[in-house]
Amino acid sequence: MSGYEGADLAIALINVLLLGLLFVVGVAIARMRSLFAIVMLSGIYSLISATWFVALDAVDVAFTEAAVGAGISTALLLGAMLLTSRTAKVVPRARQIVPLLVVIATGAMLIYASIDLPAFGDPDSPANTYVGTDYIERTPQDIGVPNIVTAVLASYRGFDTLGETGVVFSAALAVILLLGFGERSLSATMRKKKGEG
Amino acid sequence: MANSRTDHHVVLRVVAKPLIPIIALFALYVQFHGDYSPGGGFQAGVILAVAVILYALIFGIAPAMRAVPPVFARFLSAFGFILYAGVGVWALIMGGNYLDYNVLFNEPPGGHHGQHYGILIVELGVLFAVAGSMLSIFYAFAGRVTEIKDEDW
Repeated sequence: MSGYEGADLAIALINVLLLGLLFVVGVAIARMRSLFAIVMLSGIYSLISATWFVALDAVDVAFTEAAVGAGISTALLLGAMLLTSRTAKVVPRARQIVPLLVVIATGAMLIYASIDLPAFGDPDSPANTYVGTDYIERTPQDIGVPNIVTAVLASYRGFDTLGETGVVFSAALAVILLLGFGERSLSATMRKKKGEG
Repeated sequence: MANSRTDHHVVLRVVAKPLIPIIALFALYVQFHGDYSPGGGFQAGVILAVAVILYALIFGIAPAMRAVPPVFARFLSAFGFILYAGVGVWALIMGGNYLDYNVLFNEPPGGHHGQHYGILIVELGVLFAVAGSMLSIFYAFAGRVTEIKDEDW
């Protein structure tokens, strides 16, 4: 089974490469001042994490990350960026120390907590011994759809998804109420422009 | 709209034009193939909204608002949520619990039509709600400025 071990090594190398890329992009975002470049880099960050999720066999999560993180949130951030200035203000060095300490402390705690995590793909992990196996066993008889993720989202956890749809709807409602409906403010700016010109 | 004489985004426009219908078609594929492959209403709704947003980014916000009016985006968002909640009420009327798809078609035990169509309609509701919401949010942001000037990039 030497071929299998080789594949394992390749996957490990891909994981290290992708995480390294994520780290580089993250540091670049933190050091950059141009908001346009930051928005673009955050889209790239989402795309790399989506690739990494594929390497972890979480295709559904990868799909969502690519569509939401790299797709729509980049477009929405570009739209939001138009309402503000193009560059971020430079923060004095003295005020950067506290956030740096907070980030280091949080990172240290996360690394400490990750020691207790079950191994990747461990069949005895809590996620695989609780309701997960139950869903996998019962979906063919209960629901009859091949994709168990869809069965869990729409049928077993239908109330959850209804709540999530409500959250998305109320988020849109809140933004609309705060920023205006769009077409009204657009026509107002156009009128103002015409008045000037 | 950008002046045609100063229009140096012609390559962008030509490339984006055939891509937009393909993106919309892919959203429908993700939606209706969600039972078999990764995907579902949420992702499909986002992809559908991205198709319209791409059109707005490239051809300007005003033509996009003419093609998909903001009032329609808002309606879609609310309609999707009502559609999802409505399937639950439908199940209640058929004598089951809220969102219990098994009772939808009065089929014998072991039948899967109720589950299949229930999931499909519910995911369609998610698609409408997400696409409408994302588009409404985009319009709310982008509708506040008239045109992106070239020197702004």
